[in-house]
Amino acid sequence: MEIPYTYKARPDTGLYNAKVGIWLFLASEIMLFGALFSAYILLRVSAPLGFWPDVALAWPRGLLNIPIGTFNTAVLITSSVTVVLAWAALKMNNFARFRVYMVITVLCAFAFLGIKSFEYNDKFSHYVIRLQDGKALTGHIEVDGKHPRFWNFSDQWSVAKLADQKVTKIKVEVDPERDMNGHVKAHGSHDHEVREVAVSDIVSLGSYTPATHPFFAVYFLITALHGLHVLGGALVLGYFAFPGAKMWKSNPEQFINRIEVGGLFWHFVDLVWIFLFPVVYLL
Amino acid sequence: MSLKAFHIVFVAASVILMAFLTGWSFLAYQETRSADYLGWSLCAACSVVGLVVYGRFFLRKLRNISYL
Repeated sequence: MEIPYTYKARPDTGLYNAKVGIWLFLASEIMLFGALFSAYILLRVSAPLGFWPDVALAWPRGLLNIPIGTFNTAVLITSSVTVVLAWAALKMNNFARFRVYMVITVLCAFAFLGIKSFEYNDKFSHYVIRLQDGKALTGHIEVDGKHPRFWNFSDQWSVAKLADQKVTKIKVEVDPERDMNGHVKAHGSHDHEVREVAVSDIVSLGSYTPATHPFFAVYFLITALHGLHVLGGALVLGYFAFPGAKMWKSNPEQFINRIEVGGLFWHFVDLVWIFLFPVVYLL
Repeated sequence: MSLKAFHIVFVAASVILMAFLTGWSFLAYQETRSADYLGWSLCAACSVVGLVVYGRFFLRKLRNISYL
């Protein structure tokens, strides 16, 4: 027996099964991301006033790279345009053009993930160093000529590790000073002052990982979950572009509907980023 | 809602984001007097125009496809 309405619309709803299914799925996704956005906002508004890292739990400003974030936004907007053009190409019976647009979409997805991993790598090698005199420094560190990534989940462990390795001094490429809004005070100068710090003066040392501050915890959680959605979407769209494209010959109507459903998911993923970017990077 | 309708919502959200980025960068420029922020603001303003032009093109191109 054939399953009804797999590609033809139901007369009562005017929709085929997969479209109802994807919208129900997207409704559940909205609740998931909505909860995470709420968590971010509640943590942010309840954070103590002050300048991080001087005030330990104050909300950090200006730590994320806005030009990179903006570029990634442009990449995702481009991918949404190409996915809808791929769908439109199929509607116009132009399979060759569909494939070109789909490949561009998948390339954009992997470009986004590549740039995001570059950003993650930078955060994992960026440190906040709390000193015995109560002051705090942030920046990349150099230990014996290397830029370590500790992947630590305990600040004390890092200092202990340095002591274990008989390291007495580390070099810190200190970040430029920022104002309360996170803007660099002396603009135009991108030089980082390099300072030597004695390990005995360090109280704690932690890279920008989830354990260091609630900001990083929620930032990594939301962006990693979003990244997983990008990866999943890219794999599905890549499947439609190549092995799954056989259906174009056997059942073109259902194939067009599959592309539409894939495109709806892709638009949702991109729309999440459209909200995520200003909330996390700009505000 | 079809992909066409969702795409229009997406383009509208992108226009709002870019308009916000234009204002944000301009305020940052006023605060810091850094030319980087001014350039950023101009680029974001250009993308607002670009997205609106694209949105009109898209609506014309997919005139015959349903919103449902």
